[in-house]
Amino acid sequence: MPIDWTALVVFVLLFVLVTVLGFVAVHWRRGDLDLLHEWGLAGGRFGTVVTWFLLGGDLYTAYTFVAVPALMFGAGAIGFFAVPYTIMIYPFVFMVFPRLWSVARQNGYITASDFVRGRYGSRWLALAVAITGILATMPYIALQLVGIQVVIAALGIEGAGWLGDLPLIIAFVILAAFTYTSGLRAPAAIAIVKDTLIWIAVIAAVVAIPIQLGGYGKIFAAIPQAKLLLAPGPANALLPYSAYFTLALGSALALFLYPHAMTGVLSASSRGAISRNAALLPAYSFLLALIALLGFMALAVGVDKAPQFADFAKAYPRNFAVPALFISVFPSWFVGVAFAAIAIGALVPAAIMSIAAANLWTRNIYREFINPTCTPAEEAKMAKVVSLVVKFGALVFIVAIPLQYAINLQLLGGMWIIQTLPAVIIGLYTRWFHERALLLGWLVGIAAATGLAAMQGFTPMTAVPIAGYVLPSYTALVTLVLNFAVAIVLTPIFNAAGAARGLDETSLEHYG
Amino acid sequence: MKGNGASQGGSRLWYLLLLPPYLAVLWVSSYNKAEPEWAGIPFFYWYQLLWILIGSVLTAIVYFATKRHDG
Repeated sequence: MPIDWTALVVFVLLFVLVTVLGFVAVHWRRGDLDLLHEWGLAGGRFGTVVTWFLLGGDLYTAYTFVAVPALMFGAGAIGFFAVPYTIMIYPFVFMVFPRLWSVARQNGYITASDFVRGRYGSRWLALAVAITGILATMPYIALQLVGIQVVIAALGIEGAGWLGDLPLIIAFVILAAFTYTSGLRAPAAIAIVKDTLIWIAVIAAVVAIPIQLGGYGKIFAAIPQAKLLLAPGPANALLPYSAYFTLALGSALALFLYPHAMTGVLSASSRGAISRNAALLPAYSFLLALIALLGFMALAVGVDKAPQFADFAKAYPRNFAVPALFISVFPSWFVGVAFAAIAIGALVPAAIMSIAAANLWTRNIYREFINPTCTPAEEAKMAKVVSLVVKFGALVFIVAIPLQYAINLQLLGGMWIIQTLPAVIIGLYTRWFHERALLLGWLVGIAAATGLAAMQGFTPMTAVPIAGYVLPSYTALVTLVLNFAVAIVLTPIFNAAGAARGLDETSLEHYG
Repeated sequence: MKGNGASQGGSRLWYLLLLPPYLAVLWVSSYNKAEPEWAGIPFFYWYQLLWILIGSVLTAIVYFATKRHDG
């Protein structure tokens, strides 16, 4: 495609604006950035509104904004699972995460692994949680780059080989630099700009496009019947549509176990800020549902048949849909705004994810196992350097390795992170489980999820046979049940064998 | 945890209001249909959009009903 100069200039200007903001953010709610909880958690100073922007910018990532409508565009109604997924997240967050916030604040925890270490007195279980978090986060960071890549290509910028990746490399160097200097304050400040741009772009799209196309009725009329509603599943299915709801439920349970979500929760200044956000964050879910419908609008506009997008569609099958839709219906300057929203939307979660992974490495692996006597300044320095390493790793991943590997690993990441639920979430309520039983349950869950996914060509579903029927289910949920079963059976056995239990440093009033 | 639930600013029964969104979306066969349409949007889509709003309102009700003084 030819370069659209107007769109490109708007895009670059907005990018420069957030770069400046990222560096200036170091002065925001000033703290001593030589301390890990200041750099990596902004000192826990964010109130309800900043937390809303931060978590919104963090959880509803650029990859989500590209991939969800792309799934609607390519596969139809099943892509709408993102909606029940987000409906089920927040009541769960409301019940559980204020407790986590309270116990973390009481004891100075900055990661989920810190909590597990304190609650169970088991450094090995804490290590398992930390490693799971880091491994699940890395491919997620890599996929954020895909969002940037797609819009850069849509702006018409292309180059042979190494040069073609240059804009992506520039964007990432900027991201790495402001994360290093400003810590969590940078993505929090940028999230406010990014979310504002996203809201403007999406509201404009869901109002203007139906007007151009003659109403929502016309849009849905253009969708093939097979894509409009869910297929009921195989003939001997125990429950129709079990794929749809297990995918939604498993994803909902997994989301807040991700380190970047945990970082967003723990940076809040009060317990009430979390509860209030459980009621306020659904605004983003509504936005996400509207974004999902952009996939159908792209179908209705017929971007898949437009000759000017043929090369673009070939380079980015499905993911080209939303950028191509914007180019088809909006004036150039607004295309620049919308694409900047997507690209900046990648920077916020990528920054928070790299900070979260760096916190885990530094606090739960480096200080716990490698250098227990490190000073607070050394600890903060280590985290800053690791955040660079993590981002550089993600960049190499996207530039050097086929995209499908990152997608497969991100799929596995969701199945891995959910295996920390028994230790982290159930641990907030009871210490009934023996820590060794939890560790073995985690191991079985991880191994089973990885094996099942690999055997099925990295698809998310497993057909569970039950008495002659099958129950097509999200593999993460199936293996979580297995994980629980192992932990429940082994706990009384370890207790009977007199296996020593670690010291619980938390007490009931810490949970609030 | 001191005293019973009521002394903390409301009954624990309020938390039951968090259940309906789960029941609504898990029962997929009740909403996997095109009719009735609303403003040209098939039922499947507007029904789930509506539950985002209902879920948010229910969570807000539970928040205010169980609110304590420590913020």
